[in-house]
Amino acid sequence: MLSFLAPALIGISVFLIYPLLSAIYFSFTRFDLLTAPVWVGLRNYEHLFGSDQTAWKAAANTLWLVVFLVPARMLAALGTAMLLTTVKRGGSVFRIIFYLPALAPPVAATIAFVFLFNPATGPVNELLAVFGVDGPLWFDSPEWAKPSLVLLGTWAVGDLMVIFLAGLLDVPKPLYEAASIDGASSWQKFRFITLPSISPVLMFAGITGVIQTLQFFTQAAVAASVASGQATTGGGISSTFGYPDQALLTYPMHLYVSGFRFYDMGYANALAVMLFLVAFAVTLVLLRRFRVFVTGGERG
Amino acid sequence: MRQSWLVGVARHSIAIAVAVMFLAPFGFVLLTAFMTSEQALTSDWWPSSWHPENFVTIFTQVPMLRYLGNTLMYSVLATLFMLLSSVPAAYALAKLRWRGSNATFVVVICMMMLPPQVVTVPLYLMWADVGLTGTLWPLILPMLAGDAFSIFLLRQFLLTIPADYLDAARIDGCGEWQVLLRVVLPMARPGIAATAIFQFFFTWNDYYGPLLYTSESQEHWTLSLALSQFKHLHHVEWNLVMAATILVMAPVIIVFFFAQKAFVQGVTLTGVKG
Repeated sequence: MLSFLAPALIGISVFLIYPLLSAIYFSFTRFDLLTAPVWVGLRNYEHLFGSDQTAWKAAANTLWLVVFLVPARMLAALGTAMLLTTVKRGGSVFRIIFYLPALAPPVAATIAFVFLFNPATGPVNELLAVFGVDGPLWFDSPEWAKPSLVLLGTWAVGDLMVIFLAGLLDVPKPLYEAASIDGASSWQKFRFITLPSISPVLMFAGITGVIQTLQFFTQAAVAASVASGQATTGGGISSTFGYPDQALLTYPMHLYVSGFRFYDMGYANALAVMLFLVAFAVTLVLLRRFRVFVTGGERG
Repeated sequence: MRQSWLVGVARHSIAIAVAVMFLAPFGFVLLTAFMTSEQALTSDWWPSSWHPENFVTIFTQVPMLRYLGNTLMYSVLATLFMLLSSVPAAYALAKLRWRGSNATFVVVICMMMLPPQVVTVPLYLMWADVGLTGTLWPLILPMLAGDAFSIFLLRQFLLTIPADYLDAARIDGCGEWQVLLRVVLPMARPGIAATAIFQFFFTWNDYYGPLLYTSESQEHWTLSLALSQFKHLHHVEWNLVMAATILVMAPVIIVFFFAQKAFVQGVTLTGVKG
């Protein structure tokens, strides 16, 4: 037994338990990497809850993404998956095409989107102009930067779509046939057969989507860097974090900047502890709701 | 009859419209990659003249081969190390009965769900102590101690293998390692392939890890990290940025087409069965 699990148990202790405990310890210290940590009690947390406006802005941005990005992706995934179940010919070709964007590396996809949504020369605003619409500034506008990221996230929705498609195909066909005989409308079939059957899949995707969005970093960092068009000076790419006007500053980016640009390791760990508490609470909801997930349903 | 034919046409029209929206970004990126740098700055979308040499220019302007080598080293070693450590762990969690197996699996799930940023600072300090910051090793070496997501995924695959096969081998006198190597491994090949592809894609696409550990040491950059800095580095033009974007995307898409079935099966298992 132990010989199978030894590496994983070492991994859990060295890469989970030890760093978690040190993060909690460091969060009560002042620590700049050069000198030894100094115990400061709750001072980092007082700063976090009392005076750090940027932390609240970053937390609000991350919350915004949880509220809009997660449902948008779920709706897009459900819509495309349902479309695939109804298309009779060429279904596998459509499935591959719908899936393809999910394969694009996030950095590459983000750069492509900033280029496509360029307010002056990008094809998106040019297309909108054809219809007489004056396109927004997208990644350059504080109001439109986050919605632009939602568009990017719904474009790359294929992984979620595949999961929903498997759920839809698992719904027993006789249920639909019986409903048709009883004269149910398409909406009634969706509302009373499809939705209840796939609700565990939707719930699971929603909870894991929230946890993923709490970590949202790459796309926001790359979009800010590329859209700002600035040459990165000291501080590297993190000097452009948040562009435009802190609209794209997510909570994990603030943590990164505090730790690795301002070398305020104590404070960065206080931010980390708060992120841990939120993510852990969401994970507990997942584990309570999906016990089958852990026991594996007594197969094998 | 006629009505259902119309409904079919309507559905296909919607599907085609959606397909065009999903494909259009790839098309624009590809077309821009063939333009001159001047034309890439205009709103034209069709190249007035074709410049395939852009794909060569990026290799001379930027050390792309070095970044490609770094990325391959990271992806290949991380995937191999992950398999060595995670397959046995997943086997113990899926197929062996012991006290605490469910509790251990709950810890694995918690580790999988933990945002990487929570433990970033302590881990960085740990790797700084052994002098490995500035390289990709802090991202590769931990794979020898298992990867939570891979263990989870492999376990879900292994649960689907009937216990009878394993019991038969045990009755024939196989030890548990022999059962794993001779019986489980051949039957779990699609699951192992899917997990390996996931790990490979994750490391190929990874941005946060290489940014954290190698942003100050350019000779260790990966393709994703280099691509994000491309525009700033040498005042490179958009056409070249798009050509590089294509080059970073291409291997992932090619691998997907060769291993589509295993891959889709893997994605499906990351959800939950109702």
